[in-house]
Amino acid sequence: MSEPDDLQAPSGPAIGQDEWVARHGERRSQRAGLIGEIEERARRAPWWAWLVLFVAAFALLPVVSHDGYIRRVAFDTTLYMLLALGLNVVVGWGGLLDLGYAAFYAIGAYAYAMLSSPQYGIHLPTLVSIPIIVVIGAVAGFLVGLPSRRLIGDYLAIVTLFFLQITQTVLTNGDQIAGHDLTGGANGIINVDPLHLLGHPLVVQHGGVFAVTYLYISIATFAVVYLALHFVNHSRTGRAWRSLREDGLAAEAMGMPVNLLKLMAFSFGAAVAALTGTLFAALQTSVFPLQFSFPLVITVYTMVILGGQGNLAGVTIGAVVVWVMLEFLRDPGDARILFYVVGVLAIAFAFGRTRKLAVLLGSLVVFGFAAHAIADAINHDWVSGPAANGFDHALSHWVIIPTGLANWVGPVSYIGLVCLVLALTLLPARVRYVALVPTIYLGTFVWENVLLAQPDATRYIILGVMLIGLMILRPNGLLGERRVEIV
Amino acid sequence: MDTFTQLTLNGLTEGSTYALIALGYTLIYGVLKLLNFAHGDVFMVGSFIGFGVLKVLGGAGDPKLPVWLLLTLMVRGGMVGCAILGVAIERFAYRPLRDAPRIAPLISALGVSFFLANSFQLMFGAQQYNYGIFFLDGGSLFSKGFEIGNVHIPLIAIITILSAFALMIVLWLLVTRTRAGKAMRATSFDREAAAMMGIDIDRVIVFTFVVGSALAGAGGVMFALRVPTAASIGFVIGLKGFTAAVIGGIGSIPGAMAGGLILGFAEAYIAGYWTTRWSDLVIFSVLILFMLFRPSGLLGQAGIKKV
Repeated sequence: MSEPDDLQAPSGPAIGQDEWVARHGERRSQRAGLIGEIEERARRAPWWAWLVLFVAAFALLPVVSHDGYIRRVAFDTTLYMLLALGLNVVVGWGGLLDLGYAAFYAIGAYAYAMLSSPQYGIHLPTLVSIPIIVVIGAVAGFLVGLPSRRLIGDYLAIVTLFFLQITQTVLTNGDQIAGHDLTGGANGIINVDPLHLLGHPLVVQHGGVFAVTYLYISIATFAVVYLALHFVNHSRTGRAWRSLREDGLAAEAMGMPVNLLKLMAFSFGAAVAALTGTLFAALQTSVFPLQFSFPLVITVYTMVILGGQGNLAGVTIGAVVVWVMLEFLRDPGDARILFYVVGVLAIAFAFGRTRKLAVLLGSLVVFGFAAHAIADAINHDWVSGPAANGFDHALSHWVIIPTGLANWVGPVSYIGLVCLVLALTLLPARVRYVALVPTIYLGTFVWENVLLAQPDATRYIILGVMLIGLMILRPNGLLGERRVEIV
Repeated sequence: MDTFTQLTLNGLTEGSTYALIALGYTLIYGVLKLLNFAHGDVFMVGSFIGFGVLKVLGGAGDPKLPVWLLLTLMVRGGMVGCAILGVAIERFAYRPLRDAPRIAPLISALGVSFFLANSFQLMFGAQQYNYGIFFLDGGSLFSKGFEIGNVHIPLIAIITILSAFALMIVLWLLVTRTRAGKAMRATSFDREAAAMMGIDIDRVIVFTFVVGSALAGAGGVMFALRVPTAASIGFVIGLKGFTAAVIGGIGSIPGAMAGGLILGFAEAYIAGYWTTRWSDLVIFSVLILFMLFRPSGLLGQAGIKKV
């Protein structure tokens, strides 16, 4: 017999509320201990607190460090954060695969360059030219988005990619359109004015050091764009976009203006990209066609997907992580430290605090010294590679670094490594654990001898691998919204 | 008239290469409904494998084997190597995503393309590789041949065109006359229904990747016989191969052949009669119009989207 009160207040979900939604709080598992505590606190903090904290951290950077290089990296990072925010509108919210995104960036940069350089003798004040450029970008996005009314998925991807190629062709050959020099061709447009605020030009270099003003302008732009997109996302339009992404047909059946929504997504994304292009052109004081090519698109995609499509905070973090990583990879010394730190952390994360971890690390160290000793015994040249001081020197007793690598060693070891890693994913867990030791050692060998020698190729290889791996292992990225499964 | 003959020849040679790539796109798209962005890079890998075989066998200047045998081995090597590569790509990059949203394998394919192109740049540098000149008795692959009017038709063009057409005929027979081809067509028509009829979908997909990638490999070797190859060629060539596949109607085999030839001719005539500067622009613009107004291509069938 149940109490009458039970009938009055049923314990199940309320009417009109999904049980899954109702139990949201219960399903969230909390970690034990201090980490769990911090995690829970962090989760409860409102989104704007994070934004303020993040922007403040960026703004304080020039105070902490007077290094021009670090300021420049911070500036570039904010540019990529902006690009990632823009691409997130198209890909993350609209669900439209836009591979021509760099074209809008190019349009913004070239528009700024044309409106404020000796190319046409026009020198508009920045506060006038920026609205013009944003409108140009939005219109370009609208026009390129028109095909999305008829095409979906890969067809749309390829049309936008063609658009990027066309933009590149026009920019590169634009110095001879009917005998007129419109875009400066492959040499681009140079002597572009820096930004003008209230009648004062903002110089890029201040006493030989990167001017802080640009960093503040870019971070302020980021904050404004972030806020705007946040409110758009929580508006009717934002919700409509997400329904479009999940199921366009269903959205249309619900009476949503699907075509208009797609075009709006394209326009918003393109406008953000054009605005970013303006900052880029003003800082560089020059623009070249090759700065806006396909690798840029891949880089921004990796940021968006790593951070989590559809999540503003996620794509921002993704942009920071990816760009800082790419910067680290420029310098062999930094790249080396990054590699070992990330490697050890990844192994530790994969195994947790278990005996397996200790055994793996121990046997890795032993294996390395043994292999090093054997190589040394056979031929001293094999291990007498250049070793700097400190960390690198200690390392050179463990990993094999030959002086002068024979031509075939690089390709063979690299291909061998790729094959081994792929094979590992197919092996049963026990065998995989044993085979992990030589694979990791081969990995460090290849890293030291092959990958570090060519930072450019290495950076893009890592981006490619990240794209494949993320799509397979964690398509939601770090902070992405989980897609609703439609049965 | 001589110009016309020359341009037609150029178009036919280039077009047959495009057709070989387009066939791979079409086959894989037909079975998986996936635009395999990495296909152009498979083509690039094929050209490098051909170069490797050539190096091992003594180089073009001083071959250890008769030239004809050497050429055959190079093409075979490219086909086999690319077939293995294609199977690996399918197994590791596409199969885990087969039931994911359609955007996922596309992004994975972009990753594969980027990975391949830059891996080859890492291993072999960004420079161009030239196969060199193959000497035959009384001339080379370029100088021998015959004349039509004042136009010299080199042996290399004849080899490229004939072998491309031979491969296409073999493919056509394979798809229309064999059990495996029937399974492929069935899978392409309706994957689920085919699976219910007892067709092993995984095997069909692997087989498709073997055939498609082998064609790209053969195309890569024959391309590099004429033009120097480099690690970065895959992107643009892949784009053009895809263009050809779309013009012909993606999913249709005769369409891909026709599309490749049309693209080759168009490029040659635009370059010859007008300017090379804008030929890419014209082709890509035409393609965008094509996709907008006739997305099913010349020979494709319009698909009906089921709700």
